[in-house]
Amino acid sequence: MDLMAMLTKVLTKNGLIFAFVLIGLTNLVAYKLAGLTKGRIHGSAVAIFFGLVLAYIGHGAKGIASIPMFAGIGMMGGAMFRDFAIVSTAFGADLREIKKVGAVGVLSLVFGLITSWIAGVAIAYMFGYRSPVDLCTIGAGVATFVVGPVTGAALGASSEVIAISIAAGVVKSVLVMIMTPFVAKMIGLDNPQSAMVFGGIMGTTSGTAAGMAAVNPKLVPYCAMTATFYTGSGCLTFPSIFYLLTKAIFG
Amino acid sequence: MVIYGVALLAFCYLTGVFLGDILGALLGVKANVGGVGFAMLFLIILSNKGIDAGWLDKKSQEGIAFWSAMYIPIVVAMSSIQNVAAALSGGAVAVLGGVLGIVLGFICIPILSKLGGKK
Repeated sequence: MDLMAMLTKVLTKNGLIFAFVLIGLTNLVAYKLAGLTKGRIHGSAVAIFFGLVLAYIGHGAKGIASIPMFAGIGMMGGAMFRDFAIVSTAFGADLREIKKVGAVGVLSLVFGLITSWIAGVAIAYMFGYRSPVDLCTIGAGVATFVVGPVTGAALGASSEVIAISIAAGVVKSVLVMIMTPFVAKMIGLDNPQSAMVFGGIMGTTSGTAAGMAAVNPKLVPYCAMTATFYTGSGCLTFPSIFYLLTKAIFG
Repeated sequence: MVIYGVALLAFCYLTGVFLGDILGALLGVKANVGGVGFAMLFLIILSNKGIDAGWLDKKSQEGIAFWSAMYIPIVVAMSSIQNVAAALSGGAVAVLGGVLGIVLGFICIPILSKLGGKK
């Protein structure tokens, strides 16, 4: 009787349930550690950081889920459960607050896309990229790691450039998760309005939601509300308006 | 019953995502345009209605509240399945692009928030 093999089989077969245990333990350790900082760093930020460390240990395209035994975490953290849970956070949100920020919400989306484009194009240009397709694809990647490949595919960019655009989006998403709790006070991120502006400007749904959760979980629905429109409008504007703009300047 | 709340949440989610797909197709984009946002709007409107009208009782609300409480653990799971190794080795362009992107963003936030405050 090979107990180890039997255990591995049970854990692999019940991947999602195993994920509940693993993520539960990760949270437990993270919140205990955060407690030692006397509330300066929120437990969720530590937990998310631990999550990223796990992803690095997994060392594959799917992070820790690249290892077959941990594939269940991929289900728990996958798009279906993530979006389902994000929607549930809207329960109890104040509709009046959302209406109040309407125009500013739209404006923050526009600003968010423009700043991403500027950042991506400027850095790519510095590193010797000259073709409007490459510049625009990397700019789109800075927007989010979904807008990058969608734009690259639409414009016919090389797979190397598309890979860079995805990486740029992931870097931004990770940085937003880690940095947000530290700059929150400085940029006045403590009310529904600024949370919506934050979501619209940063755009990355995972990054803003995680970063915001570390600051104040009650504000997550407000930032998710605008952030959710970001990828869609990015996929719409980058291969069209922003590409034409890039071509007009560098073409 | 708890399942009523979960069912309402699931209904809002599916309706929103479907609407996002339709909007994406209409706009000719290969993406779901704002699906999660629509779903959240439906949930806010319907749950408020349900509480006022009385058909969404305490137990049913717990069905939604459970998923809301599971949100952070799910985000932790989500972070653990990102391609962090690639993000770190994806070259200086990716790292610097991402950094500059968020620096510009953080600068814009207080400016736009103030704009919103005046209204």
